[in-house]
Amino acid sequence: MTEFLQQLLNGLSLGAIYALIALGYTMVYGVLRFINFAHSDVFMVGAFIGYFAGQRLPHDSVLSGFATLAAAMAGCAVLGILIERVVYRPLRGGPTLNVLITAIGMSLFLEYTGQLVFGATPRPFPSIIPARIISIHGLVISMNQVIVIVVAALLMVALELAVYRTKIGTAMRAVALNPKAAQLVGINIDVVISFTFGLGSALAGAGGVLYALNYPSIDPLMGVVPGLKAFVAAVLGGVGNIPGAALGALILGMTETFIDGSRWSTYKDAIAFAVLIGILLFRPAGLLGRYATEKV
Amino acid sequence: MLEVSNLFVSYGAIAALRGISLRVEKGAIVTLIGGNGAGKTTTLRTVSGLHRPLGGTVRFLGEDITHVPVHKIVARGLGHVPEGRMIFSNLTVDENLAMGAYLLKDKAAIARNRDYVFGIFPRLKERLRQTAGTLSGGEQQMLAIGRALMGDPKFLMLDEPSLGIAPRLISTIFEKIIEINRDRGIAILLVEQNANLALEISSYAYVMETGHVTVEGRSEELRDNPQLKAAYLGG
Ligand SMILES: Nc1ncnc2c1ncn2[C@@H]1O[C@H](COP(=O)(O)OP(=O)(O)O)[C@@H](O)[C@H]1O
Ligand SMILES: [Mg+2]
Repeated sequence: MTEFLQQLLNGLSLGAIYALIALGYTMVYGVLRFINFAHSDVFMVGAFIGYFAGQRLPHDSVLSGFATLAAAMAGCAVLGILIERVVYRPLRGGPTLNVLITAIGMSLFLEYTGQLVFGATPRPFPSIIPARIISIHGLVISMNQVIVIVVAALLMVALELAVYRTKIGTAMRAVALNPKAAQLVGINIDVVISFTFGLGSALAGAGGVLYALNYPSIDPLMGVVPGLKAFVAAVLGGVGNIPGAALGALILGMTETFIDGSRWSTYKDAIAFAVLIGILLFRPAGLLGRYATEKV
Repeated sequence: MLEVSNLFVSYGAIAALRGISLRVEKGAIVTLIGGNGAGKTTTLRTVSGLHRPLGGTVRFLGEDITHVPVHKIVARGLGHVPEGRMIFSNLTVDENLAMGAYLLKDKAAIARNRDYVFGIFPRLKERLRQTAGTLSGGEQQMLAIGRALMGDPKFLMLDEPSLGIAPRLISTIFEKIIEINRDRGIAILLVEQNANLALEISSYAYVMETGHVTVEGRSEELRDNPQLKAAYLGG
């Protein structure tokens, strides 16, 4: 039982991080119908911003923890907005394949610029949060894990409010549904797209810091695997669907953790992806996704 | 109000508009009729900026808007109820109306517009919390018109508001169009396949065929035009 709870907790924190990344994939897909492959590298940049901010702030303090998180989120929001503005926007209206290839190029650009600037050697992430272990009846809970889960949950609630309760959030849903109709009510879709990139990238930045707290070794290629998993989670939930991305991420995080804790651990990724393929066979549009009706 | 001169629009190699000119005066109801594929929808979309013309100009309220972005044209007072309604189907009725007033900052003005919309379409008020996609065709059309009215347009373009609507609702929608024009002084450009109805409520009409305006004139005169009678007015 204890072991089960332990794994549940581990799965939850891993899933929460996947969710933070997956939300950005799914939101951008929602408004632009393309996969922003550079998103996983924005996550990596978030971890590096956290690294440099964390070095300059007093360690082992909750306040520095939040300052680090805020710096990574703000930095990544700006980066995401810039990438869209400079790289993707000029290609808008052209074939989707062009943008997809460009996104892959952007991803490689960030990864190898990262290696050029930060070097390829992994760096230890500073311990910004007081490292405390809480032990209840043999259940070992690290402070980091609690923070990851709580912060991720709070961010998802904030996102929910931003998307469903604000005017710009409603505009974002309107653009995702029908960009032409959105323009006809006076929505400037450029502004909404920037907002979407900013929001998604800020969440990825937060994900980068939280990930680095749990796996405190960072390098410029660290985004590749979690990014792929988060992308899979977004597809699993139904790409373009916001609650779906969170759900898909939790399922993936849980599956991976439980398999990791079993004797099948060597095959954890293979099994996790087999689960994915299995679900998609039965629900091709993802768990919560629906085929969008064709737009005119 | 609106002055379209010599518009040319094409979709790739297909020429959709080959030199369209038309005018809508302040406070008028003008109709654009013609068969399927004549280019009516393309004309409206080019006026609101959703398509860019290869040639020709669109002037609105005395200014050239041919190359102005859609949202800025809307900000100048143009409302467009598009073909197929294009309501935001997974938003609630309430959210659809709120989006209609996207550019308005003044809360009191938004509240006034809502009251006006509920006055002409009381059914929308009953369905505020409902997801727009679950409305009937007629209700969706009301919502599409209501959404456009929320933005306080000076000029409203309606693309086949009778399409896909229960026959008994069609006359209601047309009465409301007259009411909107009369009460709010909103000039209207109405695209219709139902030429009889359109000629009845409008003062001036243009007839389109394959990208050209073939006939134009005062609506009451066109109602008696033998050529039109044969082609569009059911004998
Ligand atoms: N998206 C499009 N792509 C290619 N051709 C189009 C498109 N939309 C309309 N057309 C063509 O342009 C012409 C005018 O269409 P449209 O403006 O929709 O006419 P109407 O509204 O009078 O039925 C038609 O020949 C139609 O086939
Ligand atoms: Mg049409």
